[in-house]
Amino acid sequence: MMMKKPLIIKLALSLLLPVSLLAMPAALAAGGGTKKVKDIEWSFEGPFGEYDKAAVQRGFQVYKQVCASCHSLKFVAFRHLGQEGGPFYVKKCPTGFPDNIDCSDPMQNPAVKAIAAEYEITDGPDDTGDMFKRPGIPADYFPSPYPNDKIAIMANGVVPPDLSLMAKARSGGPDYIYSLLTGYEEVADFVQLDPGVYYNPYFPGDLSSSIKPEFLDEEGHLKDGLHVPLGGVLKMKAPLMDNMIEYADESIPATVDQYARDVAEFLMWTAEPRLESRKETGLIVLIYLIIFGGIVYASYRQLWSKVD
Amino acid sequence: MSHPSTYVPGSAFERFLDKRLPIIRMGADFMDFPTPKNLNYWYTFGGILSLFLVIQIATGVVLAMHYTPHVDFAFWSVEHIMRDVNYGDLLRYTHSNGASMFFVAVYLHMFRGLYYGSFKEPREVLWILGVVIFVLMMATAFMGYVLPWGQMSYWGATVITSLFSAIPVVGDSIKTLLWGGFSVDNPTLNRFFALHFLLPFAIAGMVVLHIWALHVPGNTNPTGVEIKSKKDTIPFHPYYTVKDGFAIILFLIMFAVFVFYMPNVLGHADNYIEANAMVTPAHIVPEWYFLPFYAMLRAVTFDIFFIDAKLGGVLVMFGSILLLFILPWLDRSKVRSMRYRPAAKIFFLFFVADAIWLGWLGGKPAEQPYIWQAQIATAYYFIYFLIILPLLSIMETPKELPKSISEAVLAKKKKQVEQASAAQPAE
Amino acid sequence: MSATDEVISSSGEEEGTRRDFIHLLAGMTAVGAGAAVVVPLVDQMNPAASVMAMATKEVAIDAIEPGQVIKVVWQGKPVFVRRRTPEEIEQAAAMPLSSLKDPIARNENIDDKEPATAENRVMPGKEEWVVVVGICTHLGCVPLGPNETGAGGEWKGWFCPCHGSHYDNLGRIMKGPAPQNLLIMPYEFLSDTMIKIG
Repeated sequence: MMMKKPLIIKLALSLLLPVSLLAMPAALAAGGGTKKVKDIEWSFEGPFGEYDKAAVQRGFQVYKQVCASCHSLKFVAFRHLGQEGGPFYVKKCPTGFPDNIDCSDPMQNPAVKAIAAEYEITDGPDDTGDMFKRPGIPADYFPSPYPNDKIAIMANGVVPPDLSLMAKARSGGPDYIYSLLTGYEEVADFVQLDPGVYYNPYFPGDLSSSIKPEFLDEEGHLKDGLHVPLGGVLKMKAPLMDNMIEYADESIPATVDQYARDVAEFLMWTAEPRLESRKETGLIVLIYLIIFGGIVYASYRQLWSKVD
Repeated sequence: MSHPSTYVPGSAFERFLDKRLPIIRMGADFMDFPTPKNLNYWYTFGGILSLFLVIQIATGVVLAMHYTPHVDFAFWSVEHIMRDVNYGDLLRYTHSNGASMFFVAVYLHMFRGLYYGSFKEPREVLWILGVVIFVLMMATAFMGYVLPWGQMSYWGATVITSLFSAIPVVGDSIKTLLWGGFSVDNPTLNRFFALHFLLPFAIAGMVVLHIWALHVPGNTNPTGVEIKSKKDTIPFHPYYTVKDGFAIILFLIMFAVFVFYMPNVLGHADNYIEANAMVTPAHIVPEWYFLPFYAMLRAVTFDIFFIDAKLGGVLVMFGSILLLFILPWLDRSKVRSMRYRPAAKIFFLFFVADAIWLGWLGGKPAEQPYIWQAQIATAYYFIYFLIILPLLSIMETPKELPKSISEAVLAKKKKQVEQASAAQPAE
Repeated sequence: MSATDEVISSSGEEEGTRRDFIHLLAGMTAVGAGAAVVVPLVDQMNPAASVMAMATKEVAIDAIEPGQVIKVVWQGKPVFVRRRTPEEIEQAAAMPLSSLKDPIARNENIDDKEPATAENRVMPGKEEWVVVVGICTHLGCVPLGPNETGAGGEWKGWFCPCHGSHYDNLGRIMKGPAPQNLLIMPYEFLSDTMIKIG
């Protein structure tokens, strides 16, 4: 019996070796088919991060003037723009407004009302049974550019995805949005792209079947020294160009980089409009729990000091 | 309750009630329950799990007040909760991360049971009830994940329900029955909502039985030696209410960090895309707590005699859970705690590593080198239960057991004092 | 159990109070945490932001001709907006207070004790406009206006078809089982052509 114990332990330990060997190639094999997204420092990151309201406002302008012609924002209402944490929220009305208006209420916020009124909302049916158009009010949701998916496909070949949750619906979130918008580039000359698609190294895809035949050897592999480019193709061509949008604040550069940053910040806000209040509550909860933990630990030590 | 009641009704009303519905006596006996005095923090997960069941039911009922179980509105209603309902974002993040925390706690609770031999005679029923709770939890969590009706919800539901079609003869009929249609669709969502609402109450019922079955033989403890005298025990309240309470707060701090500061890290980005029956995500992964089982499902890529790979995978996956039911009869060693079983301890640590490895593999695409790794990891999982534990029961020579819990506690304290005095001259 | 009981009972008295304090504090903190948790669990039942967005409604009134009544939906209830002709204004003003069934104004924009005079049923300077909740104070039916069946009843105001209550053009109950005048909810004139209800 005495002999068995070390034998079993030896056996057990001998398992260690293959296990540690197995884990290694797996670690090496990890890797994606797209370029790694650029890591941007966002104002809303970290436990105390908040949205840069001016950036969200500019991002909204980018969305409105560029993205909105194809992409819907269907989970966002105009009133959300004016609620706490939103880009157009104000605590008090600017001077000159009558006393009976409460600008902190998104339904009465003049900026929100003005934005809503710029949109045409289909409402109805009216008394004669017809649908009619009317200017938007804060309670309305952002209207979709296409009445249904079929028309969207006819116009674009695919349904342009809704942007309300884009910053949470892609891994990388706002970093991905920024990287994609600024990442369009010419594809390597040995790749043959179909007409109407655009290459982007950050967009998930696989170009290995789009290699021009003269760059392949007999076995169908890429000739030496060449690599299949990372990323894939999408049907949206680079949407942003320098100087295409006029910001009210002229100190902000009118560049693709800036537009992409701003619209990514805006889309993070549309995806997570309550981020600020959530973090504020979290801070209080954590402080409470830590104090609570300290008290209970003292109580525990006190109680158990008498147990032998 | 199995210990003699010490409750003495005080007032006239208590005496009246005690003869008719001795509920105060039940509570008092519960609080007074003699508990081994050497339970460590690994024994606090029972309390943590009870709290999380309450948290999940409370937030779940509240979310159900705003959620719409219809394919056209489910995704929309979740966004409505997130954006417009008062505290809706916190309630939903608490519920979704709460599910993850529930599984963290339950896995630690189960590993604790495995290590200290909590499943052994006379606690077999207690253990089996625990496994039943675990199975119900998995069913509940799976159906809950379908409810937001995102891409992962939809395709997760499709893949998991399709497992049943592997069953010979009746498989397809069962699948159709689960779906209530020809694919995962509105009837499926609607019934999953109803069942997701119901099952937690079934879990709560099983928890009552689980605690009942605990209170008959009493707790195990890290030594695995049964209670010998009153000196070995202390009343549950206040000693373990406070100790559990402290552990709960530590656990809640971790939970709060997830809920408030990284509510989506445990989820998958694709579930923020509304379900689309025409587009499958690039790779479908279940929630992290199912990954070890998912890895075992995919590990079977070959036919075994007349069993094809698909059925084989399903059998292996369900088998890995069913094994737990017969565990008390696989590990027959008379020594409960692996503290005194040096070989078993090493194999157990390998088993923990194996489970984590399987979890990691479950999140990887179904391609080499992950497949053969998953096959090895799955093999070890089964070998551990079916070969190693039964063999060790016969072959292993355990260390000497302490005579009683008190003796073990005193020996530990003595050792600490010796170490402290040994350390002093070095300063 | 007995061993620990002994230990606890053997400790000193004054030390006991200090020692108990930490347990008491722990218990109180737990109760505080529990109470804080109840707040979101209960407050979620209050109207959501999307519902609150419908709490007020702006109505354009420039297209309403004298003598015409429009019905708008506000918080799920019908609201009548009526533009009265000079004759209607005169007729209603001539009604003596003593002949009213319900002498109270029922106007949420003014004090709830004010009498149901013609002035108290409209906004100052806006005698043309009568804005009332279109729910009969008897059993909750929607009364019919002057352009509908019954021509607004004997007083050419509103007529409730359910149990025959007659209201005048200010929405005051004149005859029938209804106990109160039609309710005037809070509203205001944002401009000459726009009112905000609620």
